[in-house]
Amino acid sequence: MKASTSRSTIKLEVTRYRPSVDSEPHDQSYEIPCTDDMVVLDALNYIKDRVDGTLSFRWSCHMGVCGSCGVMVNGQPKLSCAIFLRDYKREPIHIEPLTNFPIIRDLVTDITDFMTKLKAVKPWIIRKKEKPLSEGEYRQSAEELERYHQFSGCINCMLCYSACPVYGLHPGFLGPAAAALAYRYNLDSRDQGNDERQPAIASQEGIWECTFVGECTVVCPKDVDPAAALQRSKVATAQSLLGSFILPRASGKSATEGSS
Amino acid sequence: MASANRTSVPRIEPIWWALFSAGGFVSAFLVPVHLFVNGLAVPLGWLDTDIASYARMSELINQPLVRIYLFVLIALPLYTWAHRFLFTVQDMGLARFRKPLAVLCYGSAVTGSFWAVWILW
Ligand code: SF4
Ligand code: FES
Repeated sequence: MKASTSRSTIKLEVTRYRPSVDSEPHDQSYEIPCTDDMVVLDALNYIKDRVDGTLSFRWSCHMGVCGSCGVMVNGQPKLSCAIFLRDYKREPIHIEPLTNFPIIRDLVTDITDFMTKLKAVKPWIIRKKEKPLSEGEYRQSAEELERYHQFSGCINCMLCYSACPVYGLHPGFLGPAAAALAYRYNLDSRDQGNDERQPAIASQEGIWECTFVGECTVVCPKDVDPAAALQRSKVATAQSLLGSFILPRASGKSATEGSS
Repeated sequence: MASANRTSVPRIEPIWWALFSAGGFVSAFLVPVHLFVNGLAVPLGWLDTDIASYARMSELINQPLVRIYLFVLIALPLYTWAHRFLFTVQDMGLARFRKPLAVLCYGSAVTGSFWAVWILW
């Protein structure tokens, strides 16, 4: 490890909540050694390994891929493995569990709601009829890939749900990541599941609760731009509805494609 | 949680949203032009006042296309107001009055649209 250049220790205030001991969440202060190359997750691991083994938090990859290490850092949803301590000049740095989710323990939140919504939009390729293996793969041109590629980078980190004031006010709202993933599969040339996803997307609490605040896109660590996906889904759904007034048997798929 | 399984797809919501977003376009691009031209440039004499004379205006307004344009200019922003206002008051804590508020907001916009038709034709 590189030696520290700016400061040798750092103060953190971390939310603690152990349901068997605490009646409600409270802050606990820690002061730990710090080097310039440490991310917030390194600090949490330092505390857990050397200072206080009871601190609980989620993480896995330490490289911004698994999406499990999201926490609030000074009030902003961040991947704790992707954010350097050196970028925070003011001490103490406040570390809290992701807002808009119930706390299970310390920094660990209950993500059941998100998992339910994720499943509801069926984020996988749906075929009306699979073709036999002997006919080969479903081929896709670079252009067809390009259409959905941006929306396929989601790592399910839920930072966008924490940032979304609409989700905070209406927990029933489908939310940014699920809407973006639904849109991603609807745009995929190999997919035929538009109609199956539509009930979850086009319902009142699907995309229509979104007021285009845009914070989801601001905080997304993978540049998914869920706000754009939501807006484009609204356009596509409105178009397919208007289309169905004119041509009552028109399918929704063509409208989705038309909007991109 | 329950909501993700709520499968009823509203048919009216996309229409309000489409009117809202079309109205947003009108309010953002066309209304400022009219505020500038009709509200500043002509009264302050930056433009020849003759182009906005009563005779000229009433001649213009007799053109069907101009009437349609004025209808769009007046009516669509009403839906932007209705939708935005409804969601704002709802987010400020009045969600349980959503139904009556929706009737009030969208109802005003629809009334305003008919009023515009009545005045223009
Ligand atoms: S859209 Fe972005 S912020 Fe939201 S869960 Fe996916 S990666 Fe995370
Ligand atoms: S630990 Fe995997 S994204 Fe941070």
